[in-house]
Amino acid sequence: MAALLSVNHLSISFGGLRAVDDFNVEIEKGALYGLIGPNGAGKTTVFNLLTGVYKPDEGRIFLGDRNITGLSTVEINQAGIARTFQNIRLFKDMSVLDNVKVGLHNRYPYSTLAGILKLPVYFKTEKEMDEKALELLKVFELDGESETLSKNLPYGKQRKLEIARALATDPKLLLLDEPAAGMNPNETGELMDTIRFVRDHFDMTILLIEHDMKLVAGICEALTVLNFGSVLCQGQTSEVLKNPEVIKAYLGD
Amino acid sequence: MMKMTKQTRRDLITYGIVIVFYIVMQLLDLAGILSFHVKGLLVPLCYYAIAAVALNLVVGILGDLSLGHAGFMCIGAFSSSLFSVTLKDSGFPAGLRFFLALLIGTFFAALFGFLIGIPVLRLNGDYLAIVTLAFGEIIKNILAAVYFGYDEEGLHIAFKSFPLQGEGKMLINGAMGIQGTPTDSTFTIAVVILLLALFIVQNIVRSRTGRAIMSIRDNRIAAEAVGIQITKYKMTAFTISAAIAGTAGVLFSHNTTTLTATSTYFGYNVSILILVYVVLGGIGNIRGSVIATAILYILPEMLRGLSNYRMLIYAIVLIIIMLINWAPAAITFREKYGISAYLARRKENRTPVSDMGSGKGGS
Repeated sequence: MAALLSVNHLSISFGGLRAVDDFNVEIEKGALYGLIGPNGAGKTTVFNLLTGVYKPDEGRIFLGDRNITGLSTVEINQAGIARTFQNIRLFKDMSVLDNVKVGLHNRYPYSTLAGILKLPVYFKTEKEMDEKALELLKVFELDGESETLSKNLPYGKQRKLEIARALATDPKLLLLDEPAAGMNPNETGELMDTIRFVRDHFDMTILLIEHDMKLVAGICEALTVLNFGSVLCQGQTSEVLKNPEVIKAYLGD
Repeated sequence: MMKMTKQTRRDLITYGIVIVFYIVMQLLDLAGILSFHVKGLLVPLCYYAIAAVALNLVVGILGDLSLGHAGFMCIGAFSSSLFSVTLKDSGFPAGLRFFLALLIGTFFAALFGFLIGIPVLRLNGDYLAIVTLAFGEIIKNILAAVYFGYDEEGLHIAFKSFPLQGEGKMLINGAMGIQGTPTDSTFTIAVVILLLALFIVQNIVRSRTGRAIMSIRDNRIAAEAVGIQITKYKMTAFTISAAIAGTAGVLFSHNTTTLTATSTYFGYNVSILILVYVVLGGIGNIRGSVIATAILYILPEMLRGLSNYRMLIYAIVLIIIMLINWAPAAITFREKYGISAYLARRKENRTPVSDMGSGKGGS
């Protein structure tokens, strides 16, 4: 079976700096895959390349059989990649429910005119969207706060809402950029359960960037370690974490 | 479905306020209390309110600062006046003529909004504000300089005066503008159009399109990442806003017989005046725009008796409203002791304890 995501020889330079150099990865459907590395290793740049924020200088990205290299962010989202952000990016002056409904935008279409005139299709579609959004919020135990402005949610719940919003676009692959950043050990433990649950419940493939080694060791089945933009080591989590090269990159000589 | 009803109720209250204001004004008029001067303020009040609602769609909902909306009013005013003046003496029914004039003014403002939007919406923040300001001034200055007329040899357009050959008419006479627009605007029509503008903007905000527009305002990068087509929705908001401002322009030009593209009516100071209404009414608060326009438009007119102190008092009122609306301390005070907090407390006190637990199920 072909991998869900295959990335071949991906490279990008900013000025003279080769931020990502010959990055390769194959992720099977249903995998929980980790991308780790010291600060500045180019992890988030890889995410930005995968989601079309940056166009790669070299290399190709396949989602299933489809070549998505060079597509726009919107097209890539519609092809089936959704993401969260390292520094949370919610629609902060919109309600929790509306945040998810923006995620549902492309799956429940009706015209602007139908919205202005409040045609029957408006009420029908909005009702379906409300139901779908609440169903998603329920999974993350946010349904009780659907009316709250998202900026007023506590930090941990904001992280969850961002995942819920990403899932609303019905992706095949979910990219999580440091989901545990700023969380205490309790919250991180809860987050690990949530991520596992998302994978099983939605039959999702997940690629995540993380610094929290407890989380990485706890839930990722396989890892790629980046250092200075290139792949240092790739393989099963337990083996990668024992690799002396990796330990050296993290802890120094 | 509690949310739907709550939002719908909010929208209905807005329409209600406008309708009540309309009825009160009509009753005062019947009772003979309204002076000629005050009656003359009612239509301008409506078109400024319409322009404020339109601008709020761009500033409050889309989150982009436009300082060129007087330009769109100008296009709406001139295109519709041109149409009305041409048809005035042809025996065309006045009602239908004005209806068509409204459509034409709206259409041309929308067209220019769309065309100007293509380059302008690529910019952000201050840059966008400055470029829209420039476009507004360009529109006003071109319309103040253009000569447009017809004679036996056909249509003529030029940037300097020209003689007409035989039978003909100068439609736009340079800085003298358009003379003899029929005064079709009435308070009733203006209120109907204000309600229509509110209906359009409020329904957009509650729709899928509105959510897409607001998501761009709140976080453009995240909006793109969940598949929102940024350009499409920015253009939609900007074009609709320009169109509505154009309709306000039609009301303006059909309220007086002489239409000139001067700074007093269409300069950037007018754009800023409308922006003041939007900001003081609350950015993104559609109802607030209407109320702020009513207060701030009527106030200086009411203070005419104080002559020299008029603008001083106006300025002080501006500052006070601004503080009440936006100062952090005032916001905290409002949240604690304001009307909605009072109502919420009362509701809580009235609700029997046994109902509290099941409260969530009903929502």
